[in-house]
Amino acid sequence: MKRAFSIFSVITAVLLVYGLYQALVGAPTERTMGDVQRIFYYHVPSAWTAFCLFLTNLVASIIYLIRKSAWADALAVAAAEVGVVFCTIVLITGPIWARPVWGIWWTWDVRLTTTLVLWLIYVSYLVLRRFSDTAQTPILAAVLAIFGALDVPLVYFSIWFFRTQHPQPVMGRGGSLDPRMLHAFLINLLAFSCFGAMVCWARFRLEQLKRDVDQAHAMESLAGASEPAKASLPLSRSSR
Amino acid sequence: MNSFWDLMLATLVKDIRLEWRSKDALNSMLFFSLLVVVIFSFSFDPNAEESRQIAGGLVWVAFLFASVVALNQTWARELRNQVLDAYRVSPAPANALFLAKALGNFIFVILLEAVMTPLFIVFYNLRALGPAWQLIPVGVLGTWALVVNGTFFAALSLRTRSREIMLPLLLFPISIPAIQGMVEATRILLAGDGSARFWIVLLLTYDVVFTTACLGLFGTILHAE
Amino acid sequence: MNALAFLFAAYIATWVIHAFYLGTLVRRFSKLRQQMKELGKGK
Repeated sequence: MKRAFSIFSVITAVLLVYGLYQALVGAPTERTMGDVQRIFYYHVPSAWTAFCLFLTNLVASIIYLIRKSAWADALAVAAAEVGVVFCTIVLITGPIWARPVWGIWWTWDVRLTTTLVLWLIYVSYLVLRRFSDTAQTPILAAVLAIFGALDVPLVYFSIWFFRTQHPQPVMGRGGSLDPRMLHAFLINLLAFSCFGAMVCWARFRLEQLKRDVDQAHAMESLAGASEPAKASLPLSRSSR
Repeated sequence: MNSFWDLMLATLVKDIRLEWRSKDALNSMLFFSLLVVVIFSFSFDPNAEESRQIAGGLVWVAFLFASVVALNQTWARELRNQVLDAYRVSPAPANALFLAKALGNFIFVILLEAVMTPLFIVFYNLRALGPAWQLIPVGVLGTWALVVNGTFFAALSLRTRSREIMLPLLLFPISIPAIQGMVEATRILLAGDGSARFWIVLLLTYDVVFTTACLGLFGTILHAE
Repeated sequence: MNALAFLFAAYIATWVIHAFYLGTLVRRFSKLRQQMKELGKGK
């Protein structure tokens, strides 16, 4: 398992480096936006990876609610945390791209706003996990994930309608993609997907290690607690 | 089926009676609502046209904060008297308890809104240019949207540290589409700027989806172990 | 070339955030392994 992870990491690193080269050098400069458009090769793959991770969290949460498997809960935590990291990057690269191109930092664009709401929901998910450290926490968090999933289509739909009433600048790439641009985009999409999966796997292993340590701690304190109990037995039992 | 409604009504009536006898929470909430309206009036002093555009947002943000204060004490009495533990071991349907709590909160918050609304109308010189009667379904659906999720997340927050801050932290992100619906619908109806139909349908959809989710999952979080 | 500054800001921000997060993972891993070792010795 460890060897497979190492090989996968190397492949991912190679893909990322190649993707970086393609994004900055290989792909041609866009006509209307100029070189700033290259942020697109990082912004959209990050968004894709974040959404995949949040979807993983939702599926893991549902599996946990049905089967109560510990691994499902560990995966849910991992996917949520790594998803928030990628989502943060989407929300930072988005405005950095928008400012020079459209002159504004933010717009209530459907995709960007939905991303913001997803980020808020999953940050609240992580806060719930941090502020609740009981045996019920996994169930509570899984329920929150389901509520979040129900919310997202409503968010998307309501902002979409709001936009038809209040037209705002559209943030997007516009026009068709040159084949070299498509190549750069797809390479970065693959690279970041692999990178996201890799980091999520690492976080998952970390969570499992944490649970093993917690369990070992508990066993040790149980073993320690039984010592004085044995010592007091002769006093309470006349049979010895 | 009979016992479900009986249990729900009994719990609801008991809560209202207890609240009415003490009037503690009611009085402090009413005063709090008045303070919120006054502070907002000092902070935002728009002219008549601007008022109609922003009043929707102001009013609903004020209601939202007032609701959170009300929602935070939803389960306080139950916690003090170990009622929730009793529910966990009894065969009584958990949803009857949830529905009673949600309806109790709903009545409470509607009461607050009924007090705050005339004050807003006075302070902001509001006059609806659109069909004002539509503000009633907006108010009812919007309030239910906040209260149903709020009551659920209040129960969810019971087993967390910093319970009082956990509730709004969980409630606000999930409520965003509902808040957008309430604010936009109110703005449209006050400014006479087209039809609020889409937003009312959105609020109705939100209410149906989340009432179902709350009823479906309340048992899970009550019996979580 | 002000626009290029934005381009590099975005790429650098991306990798700084990823490096920071991976750093926290490494730190948490080593802390847990340390605890595991101590528990093993205690037994």
